[in-house]
Amino acid sequence: MKLTVTVNGNPVSAEVEDRLLLVHFLREVAGLTATNVGCDTSSCGACTVLLDGQSVKSCTLLAAQASGREVLTAEGLAGPHGELHPVQQAFRAEHGLQCGFCTPGMVMAAVSLLAENPSPTEEEVRAGLEGNLCRCTGYHNIVRAILAASSQPAGKEQAG
Amino acid sequence: MIPATFTYLRAGSVDEALDLIARSGDEAKFLAGGHSLVPLMKLRLAVPEVVVDIGRLGELAYIRGEGGHISVGALTSHHDLARSSLLAGELPLLAHAASQVGDPQVRHRGTIGGSLAHADPAADLPAVMLALDAVLVTQRPSGGRSIPAAEFFRGLFECALEPDELLTEIRIPRPAAAGWSFQKFTKRAIDWAIVGVAVQGGRVALVNMGSTPLRASAVEQALAAGAPPGAAAAHAAEGTSPPTDLNGDPAYRAHLARVLAGRALAEAASRG
Repeated sequence: MKLTVTVNGNPVSAEVEDRLLLVHFLREVAGLTATNVGCDTSSCGACTVLLDGQSVKSCTLLAAQASGREVLTAEGLAGPHGELHPVQQAFRAEHGLQCGFCTPGMVMAAVSLLAENPSPTEEEVRAGLEGNLCRCTGYHNIVRAILAASSQPAGKEQAG
Repeated sequence: MIPATFTYLRAGSVDEALDLIARSGDEAKFLAGGHSLVPLMKLRLAVPEVVVDIGRLGELAYIRGEGGHISVGALTSHHDLARSSLLAGELPLLAHAASQVGDPQVRHRGTIGGSLAHADPAADLPAVMLALDAVLVTQRPSGGRSIPAAEFFRGLFECALEPDELLTEIRIPRPAAAGWSFQKFTKRAIDWAIVGVAVQGGRVALVNMGSTPLRASAVEQALAAGAPPGAAAAHAAEGTSPPTDLNGDPAYRAHLARVLAGRALAEAASRG
């Protein structure tokens, strides 16, 4: 089938198999490899991207389900001159990563979380990360990073 | 993991969805949010020849108060159920249970209709439908029908829907008794319930205590006869046939059912 997905603001068109998963469309067709395949069973959240502004697990969507819609990946967060998104800045400042494999998914889940709840409590941040696993178990600094991002006015404005 | 090949069709209306499914043979499936079907297709436990995507039928995503009941469109996401102020006021059991399904990403995509049609006895919302005495409304090319939740779940992953039949709406009577609770026990937040209990007034339903969601009839009878919550909850495992899996054996699940029913009845009483 022929489809077009707007990825990070740019339309990406391709002729693909009907069964192609969104995560493979992003990695192999669009060439954007920040989005990782972790468990491949909708559990770990490493493949989290935003679909029309909401966090989703791109290993559990068909590319066809995103046709004509907007997808945002970690590559699309930074500003036009490479300035990091407030959530990215906060992950760096708070050392919110260890091996880094879960990070793109964590960051995208955090962006979605802050869009829905700009001033979450620590408990709400932890509940909001239920769908993302960090096998380094580095959760404390990830939570700190998201709380730090939420406390910046710019983070609230740009969370969406 | 990659699904087996299939033909993808997208419906632009309910009528078109019914037309596409009718023309696609018995090996066609409706796709809503895809959070039950796509994982099964990746595991090749489901191998449909045709997938009819109904995920963009906005006409099936709504929550409306009407007379004596609340109508919920089958494509309403768990996220929207959980955030509905109407449900928070009128059907807090449904809003709360929806907020406990999976994780935020799953709740953004998963739908109430998809969850019910999938008929997984370990899923939360099927038992909630029993506790709320819901009616499931369907459409077929030959006309629609209304199916009481108590008659909808037929077996493991088996429901009353015919291959060409689309679940379009869930109608839930406004509860006569206000007390409610939803308790589920999981090892990780995102897991299916090892056991769950939903209570609305005097109705008690069980998650994952058999091949379908079940009413805890013995508990309900004890309550009706005037038993206090603790004594009634002791009957929670009667008449059930809980599964064995990595999470536990039937005896463990029976224990969980009694404990969770006790907590649920106590919480419901505190809200009544």
